[in-house]
Amino acid sequence: MSILVISEHSAGGLKSSTLNCVTAALKLSDDVHLLVGGSDIDNIVQMASQIAGVAKVIGIDTPALDHQLPEVFAPVIAELAKGYSHVLAPASIFGKNILPRVAGLLDVQQISDVMEIISPTTFKRPVYAGNAIATVESKDTIKLMTIRMTAFAPASVSGGSASVESGNSSSLGAEGQSKFIKAELTKSERPELPSSKIVVSGGRGVGSAENFSIIGQLADKLGAAVGASRAAVDAGYISNDYQVGQTGKIVAPQLYIAIGISGAIQHLAGMKDSKVIVAINKDPDAPIFQVADYGLVADLFEAVPELTSKV
Amino acid sequence: MKILVPIKRVVDYNVKIRIKPDKSGVELTNVKMSMNPFDEIAVEEAVRLKEKGQVSEIVVVSIGPDKAQDVIRAAMAIGADRGILVKTDVPTDLGGVEPLAVAKILKSLIEKEQPSLVVMGKQSIDDDSNQTGQILAALMGWPQATFASKVVIESASLALVTREIDGGLETLQISLPAIITTDLRLNEPRYAALPNIMKAKQKPMETISPEDLGIDLSPRLTLLSLEEPATRSAGIKVASVDELVDKLKNEAKVI
Ligand SMILES: Cc1cc2nc3c(=O)[nH]c(=O)nc-3n(C[C@H](O)[C@H](O)[C@H](O)COP(=O)(O)OP(=O)(O)OC[C@H]3O[C@@H](n4cnc5c(N)ncnc54)[C@H](O)[C@@H]3O)c2cc1C
Ligand SMILES: Nc1ncnc2c1ncn2[C@@H]1O[C@H](COP(=O)(O)O)[C@@H](O)[C@H]1O
Repeated sequence: MSILVISEHSAGGLKSSTLNCVTAALKLSDDVHLLVGGSDIDNIVQMASQIAGVAKVIGIDTPALDHQLPEVFAPVIAELAKGYSHVLAPASIFGKNILPRVAGLLDVQQISDVMEIISPTTFKRPVYAGNAIATVESKDTIKLMTIRMTAFAPASVSGGSASVESGNSSSLGAEGQSKFIKAELTKSERPELPSSKIVVSGGRGVGSAENFSIIGQLADKLGAAVGASRAAVDAGYISNDYQVGQTGKIVAPQLYIAIGISGAIQHLAGMKDSKVIVAINKDPDAPIFQVADYGLVADLFEAVPELTSKV
Repeated sequence: MKILVPIKRVVDYNVKIRIKPDKSGVELTNVKMSMNPFDEIAVEEAVRLKEKGQVSEIVVVSIGPDKAQDVIRAAMAIGADRGILVKTDVPTDLGGVEPLAVAKILKSLIEKEQPSLVVMGKQSIDDDSNQTGQILAALMGWPQATFASKVVIESASLALVTREIDGGLETLQISLPAIITTDLRLNEPRYAALPNIMKAKQKPMETISPEDLGIDLSPRLTLLSLEEPATRSAGIKVASVDELVDKLKNEAKVI
């Protein structure tokens, strides 16, 4: 039984989501192969070959895969998948975009957001915004699954010595259906939201984009990532990329500080697996206090600057 | 051009769900059901394109029980022109009609209706699968633009779509016909005005069965059990910032 992991990477290197997938794959088999598709990927293939536990890295280096457009990349993955029992990709935007397209090509029912592997055919996944956990058994011969990153610790980036080979690109999909125009990426010195040990999130209670700097100041003092509720994002206090929740990012840091966030189920879905939750809210009945380990009923404009000065 | 919008009837997002005692699924009797929020955004987007004069007809499709007519009427009240109910009494959540089967049904309707564009939700809020649009794009061999936060129709054969990706935004130019899936910030759906709700009742709706389309709905995944997630119990309230800092340093040891 061999497992194929579709790696997620950018110019900066392999994304940590790939490491979470490797850990999940190693629960299924020792024979874990990593597919790296893109252009100019030598150093990424090199990094991939050093991940502990990876047996083989397959690199497909072609300008056609520059932006890993699913129309071009999915057919290659589908062809390669035929030699594997399971194909894994992270449940990030990247994995969610591409893996179901592979599933369509292979006539397989993908299993989304796997949080626990019980056996090679049985998996647990959250449904209904994480308010229920489903145990599902797959009858497909090839199992395609996206992996919930927070549920699997990252594999070690060193210690491995995988063989490297270059993959067959003969089944690349036709180019031209979809054209990459541009990307506008948020620049931030802060740690990345999904992998940060501490997350400080602000909600509608913060009141304005200017006020959001108090969230940032506390985050900087703690070396934390910044997050937000959807209401804060919708109101334009901060960009969409910071949204935590059912339809945003899933985080599970050591410490999550929710400030001026009421605690709607859609928000809780993205953070309730955090180890320690702190809530600061002026409403003593806010639902967020029902999941908070430490709740502080206070006006955030007084409490947060004080907290920043004292940590 | 014609737009097809697939819409799903799901448990309303405000409802706190209950798991059946035998763990076989979610209690759906007497529970408020609504249109999947992302699909409402898809309908709204289609209506805006029609209002701009870029779209001539909006056809909505729902696969579900008789009651799914309600969400079709709701879409018509926002501005959809015509509805198709693919009627099935198989549940549409958890181990019932799965994204692969939904995509196959949609494919056969696309072949009949020949739309230039399919706009649909990125995710149903019951199963949280986030798959159907991408599968459908594969089955059709069409381009896909998922997680859309902006859609501009440039011509009869080209659209510019901004997508919400990890780390920011990405813009793609796709050829039509194509599949677009909606993210939350694409638009804010309007409330249907009463006269439009009345008018919606007169709009044409046809009902067909998956068997008519010759599609096998049998699921590939078996739901073995459904459980409550590990619950978190509320902790304590601290009286001051000083006490909070003390707890985080000395009790939780996280800072
Ligand atoms: C399909 C769908 C998907 C969704 N997905 C997500 C998602 O992924 N993530 C998400 O977060 N939401 C999501 N939502 C939205 C969600 O339902 C809530 O509307 C949202 O989380 C509320 O954000 P909030 O807590 O910031 O705002 P509110 O609910 O308005 O809460 C603001 C809080 O701030 C407090 N406050 C105000 N002023 C102060 C002050 N001076 N000091 C201290 N406290 C103060 C108030 O007491 C209140 O509790 C989704 C909704 C839908 C329909
Ligand atoms: N039963 C259904 N009827 C109509 N459309 C559906 C159905 N199930 C899924 N869809 C569409 O597919 C999208 C993604 O759903 P999913 O892949 O289940 O998360 C939804 O937002 C709908 O637009």
